[in-house]
Amino acid sequence: MSSNTAILVALVLPLFGAFGIALASRFSDNLREGVTLVTAGALAWTVWGMLPELLAGARPYVHITDVLPGIAIAFRVEPLGMMFAALASLLWIVNSIYSIGYMRGNQEKNQTRFYIFFAVAISAAMGIAFADNLFTLFLFYEILTLSTYPLVSHKGDAKTINSARVYLGILLSTSIGLLLPAIIWTYYVAGTGTFTEGGILAGNLAGPAVGLLLGLFVFGIGKAAVMPVHRWLPAAMVAPTPVSALLHAVAVVKAGVFAITKVIVYIFGIEFLFAEPSGGWLLYITAFTVIAASLVALKQTNIKRMLAYSTIGQLSFVLMAAATLKPFAEVGAAVHMVAHAFGKITLFFAAGAIYTASKKTEIFQLRGIGHRMPWTMTAFTIGALSMIGVPPTGGFVSKWFILAGALQADNYVAIATIVISTALNAAYFLPIIYLAWFATEDTANTKNHGEAPFPAVLALTITAGLTLALFFFNGPLLNLESQLVQDMP
Amino acid sequence: MIDWNMHLPALQVIIPMLSAAFVLLLRPRGLAWAGATAASAFTFAIAIMLTIGVLDGQSYVYQMGNWPAPYGIELGVDSFSALVLLIVSGASTLALLAGRKSLDTDIAEERQPLFYAAWLLALAGLVGIPVAADAFNIFVFMEISSLASYVLIAGGRDRRALPAVFKYLVMGTIGATFYLIGIGLIYLMTGTLNLADMELRIHEVADQKPILVAAGFITIGLALKAAVFPLHVWLPNAYTYSPNIVTVFLAACATKVSLYLLIRFDFFVFQPNLINHDIQFAYFLMPLAVLAILVASGVALFEKNLKRLFAYSSVAQIGYILLGASLVSVAGLTASVVHMFNHGLAKGTVFLAIACLATRYTNLRMDNIAGAAKHMPWTMAAFVVAGLSLVGVPGTAGFISKWYLLSAALEEGTVGWILVAAIIVSSLMAMAYVWRVIETAYFGVQANGNEPVVTNTQAVIDSPREAPIALLSVTWVGALANIYYGLAPSLPVTLATNAAETLMKVAP
Repeated sequence: MSSNTAILVALVLPLFGAFGIALASRFSDNLREGVTLVTAGALAWTVWGMLPELLAGARPYVHITDVLPGIAIAFRVEPLGMMFAALASLLWIVNSIYSIGYMRGNQEKNQTRFYIFFAVAISAAMGIAFADNLFTLFLFYEILTLSTYPLVSHKGDAKTINSARVYLGILLSTSIGLLLPAIIWTYYVAGTGTFTEGGILAGNLAGPAVGLLLGLFVFGIGKAAVMPVHRWLPAAMVAPTPVSALLHAVAVVKAGVFAITKVIVYIFGIEFLFAEPSGGWLLYITAFTVIAASLVALKQTNIKRMLAYSTIGQLSFVLMAAATLKPFAEVGAAVHMVAHAFGKITLFFAAGAIYTASKKTEIFQLRGIGHRMPWTMTAFTIGALSMIGVPPTGGFVSKWFILAGALQADNYVAIATIVISTALNAAYFLPIIYLAWFATEDTANTKNHGEAPFPAVLALTITAGLTLALFFFNGPLLNLESQLVQDMP
Repeated sequence: MIDWNMHLPALQVIIPMLSAAFVLLLRPRGLAWAGATAASAFTFAIAIMLTIGVLDGQSYVYQMGNWPAPYGIELGVDSFSALVLLIVSGASTLALLAGRKSLDTDIAEERQPLFYAAWLLALAGLVGIPVAADAFNIFVFMEISSLASYVLIAGGRDRRALPAVFKYLVMGTIGATFYLIGIGLIYLMTGTLNLADMELRIHEVADQKPILVAAGFITIGLALKAAVFPLHVWLPNAYTYSPNIVTVFLAACATKVSLYLLIRFDFFVFQPNLINHDIQFAYFLMPLAVLAILVASGVALFEKNLKRLFAYSSVAQIGYILLGASLVSVAGLTASVVHMFNHGLAKGTVFLAIACLATRYTNLRMDNIAGAAKHMPWTMAAFVVAGLSLVGVPGTAGFISKWYLLSAALEEGTVGWILVAAIIVSSLMAMAYVWRVIETAYFGVQANGNEPVVTNTQAVIDSPREAPIALLSVTWVGALANIYYGLAPSLPVTLATNAAETLMKVAP
């Protein structure tokens, strides 16, 4: 299969999967889950199959149709998109295993609908990953928003609907209100919206307009959750945990960060943005978000909400790295997307496993839970250490690069933010680890429970393993992402 | 052998008009519907053939009885009118195909032949306006379509339609009279009614006061017919209380024909000749368009009745069409014409989905349709697609018009940014009112905890379930068309671009 066909297959496969899930659900639940797993496996195989070509420097390309003259639906695989697609497709397998344990363990309703929309969301994520121009990106961005709405509102009670409304309201209104004008403005001044190495805006736009356009992009891509458009992410935590884990720690939020990074690298161009002072505010707003979100996380008592605020901080951390506009930092930003994905999905898996086994949702309830659920809490600990950036976890590698980039730029704001946020991360993760392992259990209020169902434990063990593996085997990833900055000084 | 292709412009009008008389005779049950549908489908087919011809670069000019142009009656079809013909005849045909059962419950059987005859007369009038090439025949067709559509709106069981239609009648008559005064004045000054001839002769008298007065009368009269804010007050109730299928037909195309005429007159006849006409036109209509977009969307946000909600949404969308035209640029006009097509598609489908709902829920208030998606999943899915198109989500037809409109606004510099802001704000409002319906239908719970109760019609509904298959499948044709024209919009875009270039007198 050539890589050009592989792009199409990656887009269509999850949709066929969705169709297959709908059909299979008429026969048996096991068959339905089988279809999900087979689809996820086939997708990952397809996407990862493109990796060698990309490492060799190829850029597979498919042109579907010209919707309007100059405005095409087209796809091109480049290092950032490859990484995002590889990440999402790999974790979809693990997440599907986990979903089986979680959804059955909690006897959730409407499981077929859940798996169908999950597959559609993954297809949309692939579209975002491979989009060759702003229009295509926007199209799949909106599909992703709409297809995740039924997942967030899964429970269907009044509280869930309210949160889902916040979710959809913020994501749709920022995308239509800010992102769409930004895209049309870009097409208007540059005559194209195709992602081009070195950017397309140099010479077409100058002065404060650059900063304004950047603002429309950064806040228009609400999925990146830069403050003040972050409210949807805590709201989305009403979704079943597999959704929070894959979509709101990996696919959706990373789609946001990825889209902004792609816009910075391929629309503005790193050098153009570096030379243009009006774009400099991005570093400060993201640094602020990193610190503020960490402080808010510190105050949370609900595990999933704490993780959500932690995610907000980490997303802006990636963006801050990208906004440092130095080669090391760009690579670090890309690697941190992966490191954070592995770590955060592990944490969410653990939180969901705890809920499934014990119905506990609050941090203070976790006293001594490590002894009942040793696998889960070991994975949680590894994930937390990766968030803080302690070796031997993936989080250490990316933090290293980002810090190197900040030092390269002599950017004291970025350096200070990295240091402070590391301290804050430690401050809200270490107490949980302490409670879980060293505090004595509050026996009066606890039912007797062990680990969560086997698929859930298996999944979180795999992702914890991936978090560790990223520390030791990060060569191909670094090679791939170094292509992003090979022309930079 | 007659060259039928040459006669298409005449047949376009003659077929529905003569069929109207014929349908009156079809007494047996169902035959009137079948006759009207066949005539309408035939009209649609002619519109498609005309469109194909126009796209091939053919220009249709037809002289009735071979009398030469300034003296005889001339018909003509170009890109602009072909697009409008497609919208009108397509909306009529789809509405009729979908609506048999729905209309059976609304219209008593013995009155059905009369009703369908009125429908065909309305259709004849509405296709007559774009086809006719002289101002007086346009007036005649306008009156035919108006009188017939009063009958259609008042034809249902809902007695509240009567005051609504009376209001429409009074305001419509004022609008038509204004238009007639306008062309009377022009005839006085130029001695011609043929639009092309008028365009040539008006130049010599362009600085005379009567011409300016005529331009004012015509623009305002047509704005009234087109429900341009603040002359829209007849529209919401007329749409709300008319039979559901009539709403589909009228909402998809009736105001668009008046807008067509407004744009045709102002750009074709006045724009090249009257000094500063573009500035007057823009300064007068742009604020009204922006107000329409914002105020009507705002009203729709708080409206409880489903049909009136989308009627107000129509007022806002008419604002979009007008806004594009008021930019007086090729890009703006293209956006405007494209949006006529796309809005017809989106709004027609929305009202079709509402007609589906109405077959099972007699009272279309918001709290009444709570949870409807459980019983009518296909209907609501089609509604979601059409609603997203109305909002302008990418991948749907509505996005294409929004893209063109925003691009056109951006060309205008500072004013453009204000317009962009207005468009964006109203898109967000559209999202809110569409989503309110979706959320209620999918997650709402009936206040009394029971299934909806049937009250005031004879049609007893045992339990809510999917709409009749004909209605539902046509609704889905509309929904899929919204997606198709969102991804492959070359038909409306080509026609609109040609139309805009012709109207602005730019060589393509």
